[in-house]
Formats: sequence, structure tokens, C-alpha cells
Amino acid sequence: MSNTETFYQVMRRQGITRRSFMKYCSLTAAALGLGPAYALQIAHAMETKQRTPVIWLNGLECTCCSESFIRSAHPLVKDVVLSMISLDYNELLMASAGHQAQAALEASMENHWGQYILAVEGNPPLNEDGMFCISGGKPFVEKLKKSAEGAKAVIAWGSCASWGCVQAARPNPTQAVPIDKVITDKPVIKVPGCPPIAEVMTGVITYMLTFDRIPELDRQRRPKMFYSQRIHDKCYRRAHFDAGQFVERWDDDNARKGYCLYKVGCKGPTTYNACSTVRWNEGISFPIQSGHGCIGCSEDGFWDHGSFYDRLTNVNLFGIEKNADRVGMAAAGVVGTAIAAHAAVSAIKQTTQRKKKEAEQERNS
Amino acid sequence: MSSILNASQLDASGRRIVVDPVTRIEGHMRCEVNVDEQNVIRNAVSTGTMWRGLEVILKGRDPRDAWAFVERICGVCTGTHALTSVRAVEDALGIDIPYNAHLIRDLMDKTLQVQDHIVHFYHLHALDWVNPVNALKADPRKASELQKLVSPSNPKSSPGYFSDLQNRLKKFVSGGQLGIFANGYWENPAYKLSPEADLMAVAHYLEALDIQKDIVKIHTIFGGKNPHPNYLVGGVACAINLNDTGSAGAPVNMTSLNFVLQRIKEAQVFVDQVYIPDVLAIAGAYKDWLHGGGLASQNLLSFGTYTQVPGDKSTDLLPAGAIVNGNWDEVLPVDVRDPEQIQEFVSHSWYRYADETQGLHPWDGVTEPHFELGANTLGSRTNIEQIDEGHKYSWIKAPRWRGHAMEVGPLARYIVAYCSGREYVQEQVDRSLSAFNQNTGLNVGLKPFLASTLGRTLARALECQYCADTMEDDWHALVNNIRNGDSSTANVDKWDPSTWPKESRGVGINEAPRGALGHWIKIKDGKIDSYQAVVPTTWNASPRDHKGNIGPYESALLNTPMERPDEPVEILRTLHSFDPCLACSTHVMSPEGQEIIQVKIR
Repeated sequence: MSNTETFYQVMRRQGITRRSFMKYCSLTAAALGLGPAYALQIAHAMETKQRTPVIWLNGLECTCCSESFIRSAHPLVKDVVLSMISLDYNELLMASAGHQAQAALEASMENHWGQYILAVEGNPPLNEDGMFCISGGKPFVEKLKKSAEGAKAVIAWGSCASWGCVQAARPNPTQAVPIDKVITDKPVIKVPGCPPIAEVMTGVITYMLTFDRIPELDRQRRPKMFYSQRIHDKCYRRAHFDAGQFVERWDDDNARKGYCLYKVGCKGPTTYNACSTVRWNEGISFPIQSGHGCIGCSEDGFWDHGSFYDRLTNVNLFGIEKNADRVGMAAAGVVGTAIAAHAAVSAIKQTTQRKKKEAEQERNS
Repeated sequence: MSSILNASQLDASGRRIVVDPVTRIEGHMRCEVNVDEQNVIRNAVSTGTMWRGLEVILKGRDPRDAWAFVERICGVCTGTHALTSVRAVEDALGIDIPYNAHLIRDLMDKTLQVQDHIVHFYHLHALDWVNPVNALKADPRKASELQKLVSPSNPKSSPGYFSDLQNRLKKFVSGGQLGIFANGYWENPAYKLSPEADLMAVAHYLEALDIQKDIVKIHTIFGGKNPHPNYLVGGVACAINLNDTGSAGAPVNMTSLNFVLQRIKEAQVFVDQVYIPDVLAIAGAYKDWLHGGGLASQNLLSFGTYTQVPGDKSTDLLPAGAIVNGNWDEVLPVDVRDPEQIQEFVSHSWYRYADETQGLHPWDGVTEPHFELGANTLGSRTNIEQIDEGHKYSWIKAPRWRGHAMEVGPLARYIVAYCSGREYVQEQVDRSLSAFNQNTGLNVGLKPFLASTLGRTLARALECQYCADTMEDDWHALVNNIRNGDSSTANVDKWDPSTWPKESRGVGINEAPRGALGHWIKIKDGKIDSYQAVVPTTWNASPRDHKGNIGPYESALLNTPMERPDEPVEILRTLHSFDPCLACSTHVMSPEGQEIIQVKIR
């Protein structure tokens, strides 16, 4: 084991100076939204820790999470894979296949029992004895449960693993379920989005490696650092919402001026994610900046919340917080500060759904 | 070249090799082969091992939302299903899109083609040819010389560059945590590159990781994110404003256009200086690898793509057409609406038809999932040790064109284009063939060269170059059109469902990175009545049909010698040359299918 090198040693051997290394740590701290003081803590962690084994499983999914992960710019994914983690099993990138791949999985679990991070992309289908997703001739759900047993922590990548996503949309023909329905004895960190932003994914991993603990989670088990605010809260078009300036039709004059997309269905006001702050692909843009409303892809059940082009109801043009709190308290019975605001919008969402189906019940609530 | 083999002619008596999971692909796949006493593959079985039922989920939804659902068919070829979906809806409703939208969609589609091909070659395919452990033995000075030889214009060629990388690699390996390289086949004599070539290729593996994330930023400009950029029925959502109030906050403005042009130029440089030279160098070192052709010499299908004059398919840069029975002199016309041409069969797939000797056109498609294993299966229902290919054995259907199993993909596009007289393609292919013959001292002809595992890998690289080149033309066409006073990006005349006919049906087609892609939709009362996709990997990974016609993967694996049957390097090489995408291939629907499925909670 003493042969195993630390992240800092790896960087030094690449000819990176101590000064550059410290700069790297500062940038990482900044990327995580942490103060400059944390740069030292990160540096200490990088200097002393071996690479943490990561076992990455794929269930029913489309591989957009893996694809997003390899888009990470800070840190670069090559540095993550070569120097920060030991990606012991990942069907997209690993060299070996078949028996040798299975053996790699078993060896990592055995050698690092209780130490590895299990990262799951996609979800298990329960119908047809689990055989809608077969791996090594067996139901994927078996592999998932077995791999979870020795994991230190479990990350649910994306909306599939977190909520079920598209294959779990009505009528969910394969009975695909979020992974915390079958992994019930371990903390599951949910990193939703279809896919999650690359730097959110590597940010969560970096935080866990650096501080050797799981990030602070909200009530839906999402890291607060990335999922505690709505896209609407930090949207660069928010001023147009407040001023009542909206895109009325695609490609009208207002669309060209960059007005608010709320009236053409934007789900930014009810979606918790970092798109309007971290933005996508090294901060180049995000859906609203490119002219299409948010479709709410990091929210539970977003596929079944009506058309992506339906205008959200129950969001007042002004005083949205007041409206949100009122509805939230009435519907959920929650009174509080931060948590209440959070629960409120979830409640709005649920209320909206109920309203669509049962107008009468909605009136009563 | 050999003619097409039927399942009844295959010899399954030899030793059986099982590869499950097949890795470095999208989705879940299993492959079984039988080898004879000389370790030559004599029988091959390709099994798709996942089903998601996406089209079942689409029934009854708003057709304008469909693109987002089907985009999630695949996150690797991200956007191609969305594009095909909006085309299907526009075809059904009779919507013409503005020219700017046509160009922006082509730019996005080619962005995917370029990025996906690079990721495929370096990250999903290269480790079948490249041995990173062997790179530890390289002399960095010789690696530098080699780099200057294969690509004189590539500036990253100093001895220091390669020794830095080698040191990093040495420490990585000596650390004992091999990560994604663990349990690779690094002692297998199937690996033929020199240590210096291996080192050079590992350098490019890492460079390619960096460049691919930059190329996709073109999606981020026009579609807001990648993976899974946004699309819009009627055009594109990214409004253009170059010179008016609010331009700085508009999606397409002078800075974002400049940004796009910059990424295009970077992609061109990488493809010309790194990707193409690498593929030619690897082909030269593996000159004996002209097997793996399978159906490529026989049956090929392309729907055509990159239409220069909207609405006129004869202006496709890569044309539509079918070649059957090995007759490269005749390219047959393809009509995706004709019920006699494209049909899907299920006699060896885990679905049920009333009459399984009949195929169904996608507009009339039925999908009733029916998981059932044959009597000769070894193991149990939930622990399959050996599959019985005499019965149903895959979640993939068997699509056929006029009864023929067809190979699709970059190679099919390139052979169809070559045989249709497309000069750009002919020039690229001829140049590559003469370079190959010159490097190897061989005198290989066009057909055996292209119809091979190497040919498939080369065609992908050449297509990547073609796309990167012509993206610049598209960019200039877009700027010219804006200069001429047209800033329109969306046609909203039929946005409102009240303007739609009571019933309509349409088809959208495209050439996805992995091949011919079609979406067939029926719309009734403003909702999706049925939705069917026949995707590239359905064609390529197809199981047998009721007549014993075998699919492209199975066919390509036959007659390949293996160095060590326990180490499936050769199987991976040929399978990867198709760039399998299993999530794409396995998600079909019936209008009635959903009632049949039992819900059982484990």
C-alpha cells in the first residue's frame, strides 16, 4: 500500500510546482463555492490521501451521465481518472470486458470493502424478474445490491438513479425504480439532472475526496451546494420576469431581445439546479441563455408534469416568495425558514399536478 | 469476398466463448461465439440485454414534447434522436423550417458527428489496438520522431512531451491502482504496436478527452447544454440578434458565432493532425486485419444526410441508397414510407407477433415484450450461462430492407457515397487506400480494404474530417443568410395544436453517428397515437430472422482468428468498429403493448 501515491505526489512528478499546486487548490475551492481558507485544507487532503476507489455501475439509462462526466473542465476528467480517483469499474471506459471485467469488479470490492464509492448511473427495472436489464447473464438489480453492500457511500448520478427519469415515466413499463428503493441501508447522495452538469459531478466527487465526508444534503438528499436554489433565482433573464417582459412566441422580437421565457413554458421557477450559476460546458451557456425554457430535468417526475411548453401556474408575476410560502404552508403544513421555502416549491409542483388531474381537490387545498 | 452465410451454415460445435458485459459501448450487450480447433470464430451470437419501453411512454403525449423523451434514448449520440423526432412531427404536420434553422441543426448534427467519432475512436475503440502498458517501454525520443513522421504538422511532438507523459504513466502503473486499465489484455500477442506508437496513442487518448469537451460547446451555444441540447418543433429556439437592442443577451450574436467558428477550426486541426494520421498508422501496423467485414461487402443502407437545398434529398452530401448482394455497381433507391421496404421481424427477439414469419413496417409496428429462453439455454432464467440462439435471444428486433439484413453506419454511408460518385468521398478513400498500400507494401483492392474492421474504423475517421470541413461552409452560409436580411429561426404557424389535422402521420430520418435512423409517428387529436424508432444498432446488432439471415455484428465476427479465446480482444475490435449503442436499439412499442406487461415488485 505504501507504493500507492497521493494526488500531490502525482502532480509533483508531472513537474507541477508547489506554487501551481496551491493555485490549483484555490481554484478547486472556488469551484466548490468555498472560501480561500479551504484551499489549504484541500491541499492537505491532496498531499496525504491515496486515490479513492470508485465503482461505477450502469443500469437502465442512456449514458448521458458518463458523457457529461467526461466533459468536466475543472478538474479535467483525465486528472480525475488518472490522479484523483481509481475508477476500478466503469463499463464505458474500462479496457477489459466479460469475465475480466467482472473479475475487476470483484477484486475492487474485495480489496476495498467499506472503502469504495459506488456511483450509479441509471436504475434497475423490477419487472420481468429484473431481466429488462441483464448484466453478466443476471438481473442488473442483483449486481447493484451486491456492489452496494461494501460501499462507503453511494452516489446516484442523474435523474435515472435519483428519481427514475424517462423510463419510469408513465406507464413505466419496465417498473424502473430509483436506486434508493433497492439500496435502503446506505446513504444515497442524489445528483439529479438529465444529465447533471459535468462540474457538478466532479465537484461532488472532489468534495467527498477532499473532506472525506458526504456533502450536506437537503431533504431530498441532494447536495445543498448545487441544488439549494432555483434556476429562476439566479437567471440572467430574471429582471425581465420582474418587469413583465416575456417572449410570447418563438422567435418574436422579445425572443431576440432575450426576454423571459416563462410564458413559453420555462420551468426555471420550480427547478432546483445550478444551471443559471455554474452553467454548462465550462460556463458557456445554459438552456435559457440559448433561448429554450428550462424543462425541469433535475426535478422528480418532471416527465409527467405536463407539456414542457405549458406555462407554470401558481407563480405570481411579483412577490413569488410570498405566494410560494402561502401555498407551501397550506399544502404541506410546514412553517420555517429555509426548509419551508424549499418544501414550498415542491408543494407548488405537486399542487400543480393535482390541479391538472383533480380541479376540485386543488380548490380545497 | 465470401457470400452471405445463413445461420444454418454456421458451426456451433466448437468451444463456446461468452463475453458479458461487452464494455466500451453504450448500453448493455452480450456476445457469444464458438471457435474451432484453430481458434477461428465459426458461430456468433449478439444479444441486446436491455429494454426501456420509451415509445410506450410516449403514447398520448404532446408531439411537441417527443424530442425530449426520445433524445434520452441515447446520451452518447445526444441530439440525433431529438433532431429526427422534430423532423417526424414537422413531416406529419407539414411544417417547413427557416433556412437558418436548417443550417443550425446541421451544424449541431455535425458537431455530434465529429465529437462522437473522436470519443469512439480514442476512448471506446483505441484500447483494442493500443497497449498502454507497452508504452512504458518506449523511448521518448523515438516516439517524438515517430510523431513527426506520421504527422509533421502536429506541434505536440517534443521528446519532453512524451517523457513527461511516460513518467506520469509509470507512476500510475507502479502505484498498483490500475483503474480503467485493470485486467486488460496487455500480455496478448494480438497487440502489435511498437512501444513508441503506443505512447503516442496514449498521449492522443488524453488530448482527445480535452478536445471533445470543447467541440460540443457548439451544442451549448445553440442548444443550451451538452449532453442533451434542446430542440424545437418548427425550427430552433436560439433566436438570432446580431445588431439590435439586447443582442448581447441573445442566444446567437456576434460573439457566440465567433465562438462557434473557433471551435470548428480547432476540430479541423485535431482531426487533420491527430485523428486521421493515427488511424492510418494503426491500420498500417495491423495490416493483416482485413477480416471483420461481414455484411459490409454485401448489404449496405444509408438514408442520406446533410441536405444542401432543404427539401431536395438529391443534394445530400452523403446520399441515400441501398446496396445488396455485394453489387457495388448498383445503388438502389430507398423509400422509408414504403411498407414493403423496411420491416421488423421478431422470431429471435423477446417480443411476440401474431405471425412471426411476417415483418411489420414501423407505422404498423407491434411490440409485445415476451422474455422467453430456448430449451438449449444453459443456466436459468435469471442466470444465463449460455444463450440458445435457436430460440428468442435478444431485446433487439431484426429489421430488414426488402428482406435483407443490412449494415448501417459511417462505412455504409461511405460505400454508398463512393458508389454514387461523390467526389469528396472518393478522393478521401482513394488517398487513404494508397497510403495504406504504400505503408504496408501490399496491393489491396478497394472492396477488401473498405469491407473490413479497419475499413469501418477508417470510414468513421474520414467522415469526421468531412463533417469538420463542411461545418465551416455551413457557418458561412448562416452568416451570409443573416447578411441578406433573414434572421428567422422558427416557423410558428402550426405551433398551436388547434391548427393541426385530426389525424396525421410522418416520418423523420437522419444519419446518426452509428447509421441510418428513422422515427415514424402517428398523431391523433393533438396527441401521439403511435411512435416507432428503428435505429442504427437495431440494424447492426440484429439477431437472426425466421429465415436464418444473420445480422451485421454476427456476420462480421465470423472467420476471425483469435490469439487467445479466453481474452476477447478480437471480438471487441470488430464489435467496437461498429460503435455499438444498445440503449438506442432496444426500446420499441406497440399501441397496445402496455397492458400485457406484468408488474412484479421483487
